[in-house]
Amino acid sequence: MSELTLTLIKIGFLALLWLFVLSSVSVIKSDLFGERVDSDRTSGSSDAKSSRSSKPAKRRRGAPTQLVLSQGANAGASVPLDGGPILLGRGADATIRLDDDYVSTRHARFVAHGDDWYVEDLGSTNGTYIGSQRITTPVMVSIGVQVRVGKTIAELKK
Amino acid sequence: MMTALTAPSRLVHAFVPRKRRGAELFLLVLALAIGVGAYALVGLGRDSTIPTDILEYGGGLVVLAVVCHVVVRIVAPYADPVILPAVVALNGLGLAMIRRLDLASNTSFARQQLVWGALSIAVFVATLLVVRDHRRLQAYTYTMGFVGVVLLMLPLVPGLGVNINGARIWIRLGGLSFQPGEVAKLCLAIFFAGYLVLKRDALALAGRRFLGIDLPRGRDLGPILAMWLVSLGVLVFQRDLGSSLLFFGLFVVLLYVATERPSWLVVGGALFAGGAYLGYLAFSHVQTRVDGWLHPFDNVDSYGQIIQGQYSLAFGGILGRGLGEGNPYLTPFAYSDFIGTSLGEELGLTGLMAIVVVYGIIVERGLRTALVCRDAFGKLLAVGLSVAFALQVFVVLGGVTKLIPLTGLTTPFLSYGGSSLIANWIMVALLLRVSDHARRPPPDLTPTAADDETAVVKMR
Repeated sequence: MSELTLTLIKIGFLALLWLFVLSSVSVIKSDLFGERVDSDRTSGSSDAKSSRSSKPAKRRRGAPTQLVLSQGANAGASVPLDGGPILLGRGADATIRLDDDYVSTRHARFVAHGDDWYVEDLGSTNGTYIGSQRITTPVMVSIGVQVRVGKTIAELKK
Repeated sequence: MMTALTAPSRLVHAFVPRKRRGAELFLLVLALAIGVGAYALVGLGRDSTIPTDILEYGGGLVVLAVVCHVVVRIVAPYADPVILPAVVALNGLGLAMIRRLDLASNTSFARQQLVWGALSIAVFVATLLVVRDHRRLQAYTYTMGFVGVVLLMLPLVPGLGVNINGARIWIRLGGLSFQPGEVAKLCLAIFFAGYLVLKRDALALAGRRFLGIDLPRGRDLGPILAMWLVSLGVLVFQRDLGSSLLFFGLFVVLLYVATERPSWLVVGGALFAGGAYLGYLAFSHVQTRVDGWLHPFDNVDSYGQIIQGQYSLAFGGILGRGLGEGNPYLTPFAYSDFIGTSLGEELGLTGLMAIVVVYGIIVERGLRTALVCRDAFGKLLAVGLSVAFALQVFVVLGGVTKLIPLTGLTTPFLSYGGSSLIANWIMVALLLRVSDHARRPPPDLTPTAADDETAVVKMR
């Protein structure tokens, strides 16, 4: 094979290497320049939000206002829902410190998204249950749904 | 970092989750073109014919890549789309280079490496299948720490450990030799992440202030310091400098990320400088490494490898000799420690830069995963894995290019070595698992239509 062909092949291979690098960068460029805001998903949800926000009230009627512990050692304790995440656990940084041996230090978290609240297990030892179902992903909770952590039951109230 | 660690829920929703498996497939095709193309070019450059076993070899590579892609598609659909193709490209390139050196010196490392590759991908798949939620690993924090130390100590056990090339970092079981330190690296990354998640507040806030540096309380720092001393001690006895550098760097960076105190970098840097100087005074093998770095031409017989590595890079120049057309086999251990200069000779500066950028992309994706990740353990784990990776590449490529003293570490995915390959593929599996969790969308927010139909009271 001639010298020229080999050189061309060599340069072609280097070009292929850099093509790979540049393609990878183009796949991740949204990280560098930010995600396009008017993608299908966001526009869909902003539509839903605008139709919902046509009501003058800031908070949807019937939205929960507090998290109440209805069973367990701390039964009766409650926290107002002000939009921030609420951490349940035995640790010092928990929003409600639970005196419950079956609860982990950082057990579960309630997080607001819009008007809805989600509960997320933080890798606890004994798990977080809704009914008899152990949850593994963030799950939406509505008013009155009993979320069990250890021997404690928490629920959202109006 | 601290604000992101404590209140991650705000960040999550700014991120638009997309699976991007199509993009991964496209990049994977390019990566396979690199791997198989390199193999073909090796034959073309050396013997002017395409190697006869390219179908067998290329087919093997394609099957392995497709298996990875399909498994990721099923069990980690939101995982990062760039990491896997980058790893496959590096692996393919490494295999082609090892094959090229095999042809020159009549060895069969490439075949063994392909077998190790298949085994690593089996372990990769198993890791993705078993570890469905990386947060479960946090439960094994101390177990992992213990396993890491035991693995580090194994080569010192008489009868089990063997001395290869001056370092006692191997164990031999039956006919198989294995480097347990590679897996220990992984265990310690998990241990550091899990431990620091629990103690980061105490480490950052409790304690005395001294000379403008916040010193943590002894009882918070004790276990991890003991851990570090044990690993360092073992490494000194095993004469494995690269690994001790890797563990210490990983430890300092994770401490910095977890506590958000730059003073840790100062303390760590000072400790490292002091330790390195003491090591230089106390151990002859450290002196040898430093001498070889500063004055390689003083003793051509013992530092020939470094000199040959430099000539190899110089011979390659900007565009390289072309695959199969250089003489990388002249350098001892061209297939393992010095694969960086072998590739530099045949692909030139242009090719070596591309390889370094690909490593950079993998590390960037890992750190990006840490930023998006919702839980603190996942964040620290992703940082730990990517920093371990970055340090390893820096230490070994810096060593062979004579930027820093040469210390023996494997070039991830490129150089020959089964234990390193398996450990690095497990690291990739864990990174993909964390990124799958981080990039997954929050569950659908809009109430289902059925709710409206069955609602007793109309709410909106």
